[in-house]
Amino acid sequence: MSNLRKLEKLVSAGKMSRREFMGAAIAAGVSVTMAGSIFSSVAEAAPKQGGHFKCGIGAGSTTDSLDPATTLQTYTQMINNGAYNYLTEIDNHNKLIGELATSWEASKDAKTWRFKLRKGVTFHNGKSLDADDVIASINHHRGKDSKSAAKPIVKAVKDIKADGKETVIFELSGGNADFPFLMSDYHLPILPAKDGKINATSGIGSGAYIIEKFDPGVTTHLKRNPDYWKKGRGHFDTIEHLVIADVAARTNALQTGAIHAMDRCDLKTVHLLKRNKKIEVLKVVGAQHYTLPMNATVAPFDNNDVRLALKLAIDREALVETILRGYGAVGNDQPIGSAQPYYAKLPQRKYDPDKARFHLKKAGLGSLKVELAAADAAFSGAVDTAVLYKEHAAKCGIDITVNRVPNDGYWSNTWMKKPWSMSYWGGRATPDWMFSVAFAADAEWNEGFWKHEKFNKLLVEARAELDEAKRAQMYAEMQKIVSDEGSVIIPMFAAYVPALSKKIGHDAAISADRDMDGTKAFERWWMA
Amino acid sequence: MGTILKLIAKRLATGLVVLWLVSLIIFSGLEFLPGDLAQEILGQSATPESLAAFRKELGLDQPMHTRYLKWLGGVFHGDFGKSLSNQRQISELIGVRFANTMFLASLAAIIAVPIALTLGILAALYRNTFFDRLINVLTLSSISFPEFFIAYILIYLFSVKINFFPSLANISPDTPLWDRVYICLLPAMTLTLVVVAHMMRLTRASIINLLASPYIEMAKLKGLKKARIILYHALPNALAPIINVVVLNLAYLIVGVVIVEVVFVYPGLGQLIVDSVQKRDMPVVQACSLIFAATYVLLNLTADILSIITNPRMLYPK
Repeated sequence: MSNLRKLEKLVSAGKMSRREFMGAAIAAGVSVTMAGSIFSSVAEAAPKQGGHFKCGIGAGSTTDSLDPATTLQTYTQMINNGAYNYLTEIDNHNKLIGELATSWEASKDAKTWRFKLRKGVTFHNGKSLDADDVIASINHHRGKDSKSAAKPIVKAVKDIKADGKETVIFELSGGNADFPFLMSDYHLPILPAKDGKINATSGIGSGAYIIEKFDPGVTTHLKRNPDYWKKGRGHFDTIEHLVIADVAARTNALQTGAIHAMDRCDLKTVHLLKRNKKIEVLKVVGAQHYTLPMNATVAPFDNNDVRLALKLAIDREALVETILRGYGAVGNDQPIGSAQPYYAKLPQRKYDPDKARFHLKKAGLGSLKVELAAADAAFSGAVDTAVLYKEHAAKCGIDITVNRVPNDGYWSNTWMKKPWSMSYWGGRATPDWMFSVAFAADAEWNEGFWKHEKFNKLLVEARAELDEAKRAQMYAEMQKIVSDEGSVIIPMFAAYVPALSKKIGHDAAISADRDMDGTKAFERWWMA
Repeated sequence: MGTILKLIAKRLATGLVVLWLVSLIIFSGLEFLPGDLAQEILGQSATPESLAAFRKELGLDQPMHTRYLKWLGGVFHGDFGKSLSNQRQISELIGVRFANTMFLASLAAIIAVPIALTLGILAALYRNTFFDRLINVLTLSSISFPEFFIAYILIYLFSVKINFFPSLANISPDTPLWDRVYICLLPAMTLTLVVVAHMMRLTRASIINLLASPYIEMAKLKGLKKARIILYHALPNALAPIINVVVLNLAYLIVGVVIVEVVFVYPGLGQLIVDSVQKRDMPVVQACSLIFAATYVLLNLTADILSIITNPRMLYPK
């Protein structure tokens, strides 16, 4: 029976589905009815329909718009994920599944992708989904006149065409085995087309909820879409989605029952919030990481020994303890998190003043004086991180001057303008995506200005490689190159820390793809 | 009366000039800030190409003076334009929020002004007694704490501990009046605690000032009651400075409450202007600033007129 115990553990940890459990339990000699009842006693209570869900999110603004091309933060991402659907979805086990597409297949060179669309899906306005909607929705982000933040994602799309009403064919300029992952990006929902164009700000999609009222920076009201096609998702009757910028106000609202869930707990006081028995605090370590990009084209950062010395001069454990209060994990100077596909377990780089000095000497320097531009716009705690780092580095003969710059205009004036600054990445679902966005030689946001011949060659090869084992090997090698030779220091991965009332039920597995269960809390959670 | 009307007309005309100057200053201020709307909205994910497309769509690629004149032309036709970031009409965007701001300010004023005046008069009546000192200590300490601190204390006491008032003041246009008053009571109490001290101290000071004058001495010698001396003899002559400080505080209640709005998540103008400045949404910032500037101009005018009415000597400046 110890096998059964193990299975039960897997189920309660959300690592095993009902079907998998049943199969394994029956194989272990348990009867079907017995297995079924064990499963439901171990797995969480089944979702219930109904209720009014009130959600308070920090990052939302009166300047928000419903146009998915300019979706920026958690607040609007959650609206997108409530009201719209995508071709593909990253589920709460961080696996890619079909959403509006039921299946897809690639040509041998991974350049041509055929997506088969789901039948019987209707938009909120009654129109039924067909290939034209997909084409118009993706074209909204392509072309010269598009202001979309998703432009780099669809840059490789050369052509989209329909093959009948239920199949869409994408022609890419280069092979990309991860292309279906890209189609789950929150900028790329499928909206109903009219005359080959979508109305991007109408808020009409095919999602679990219909937008009733959108008052940017204040509140959004949604109600359940009675015709929603997806089974077992979208449980609330109505949703009130509030912007609560102040973290103390958010916490108060949760404690007084004015809201049922909030994002981004205050890490300084979260241990006090945890004492409240009516509240559950989640800790989800995903792909979100904090970075210190160095411009590899200017001295002294053009010397890899200097970069290594700087990487060895930062005490990662101390940063996770003090800046993240333990809500995170140490980074290893490469952007792939341990929960992500193709993560390679490299030896962890540690704080080592002697080795740092050794690399400085190798670079022909007795000591080093550098300036680090910091602002909390990069991530909360960035300035404190810089100051702590200065202390760590001082023991390695490196003198860091922390230049505190304004939050206002940080991304336009400091990041990638100053030789050394701070930044963050929400992370991407696949290594290729992350590397292509922030490490490829020609990436707009190659924040380290880093051009590594072998890395870039591997990146293109791995992208088109359909053999999983070979791909994994290539990604492992790339992670090693980035860690040892890259020009970005990645000291830590920050966990998502949302808190919710115990009145809210959710699957045991919470997506680590983004905050608030992959920003799909509206669809996945329920009133227990 | 004619002189007063003339004065009002003159002041309104200068008020318009003031508003125009304000719009010019705010516009150039926004221009001097680093980055523009396209950059702020796209943030870390901006590329040169998407920035260019964004700017072209919004007309941000045109030179500064063209954009200003275009905006000014619209204003003369009564059209404040659309929000650059989400294309909503300014009037629609601001209307509800302006009403909310005015509602909270009025509620706070209705509570604060009578309390402040009564306390001020009582403090003058019983000056240098234990009561006077207690009032002074209490009001001065409440003004000395930052607003958000007072707000958090009130939330902790009244909504976390005894769950009597909601900690969020999220009202919408269809909230019934009494619900609104109930929901807004905590923010209004916060604002009351912040503004009472100023008004109360000035009421007390100006009444005490007058108490030393000969005609009050005369009234005392006649054997009038203390309360009667203060209410009928001192207060009318002390009104001018009191009106001024009350009006200044009213202006503050309208334009200076962004922190209270943030803490209570109240959808007023303050949060709107902060968000819009952050994103460089010029038409919204301009409209909000004009409303704020107009508030000051009109309230100052009201204060002057009321002072003149209570003290007609002021009609004839030396």
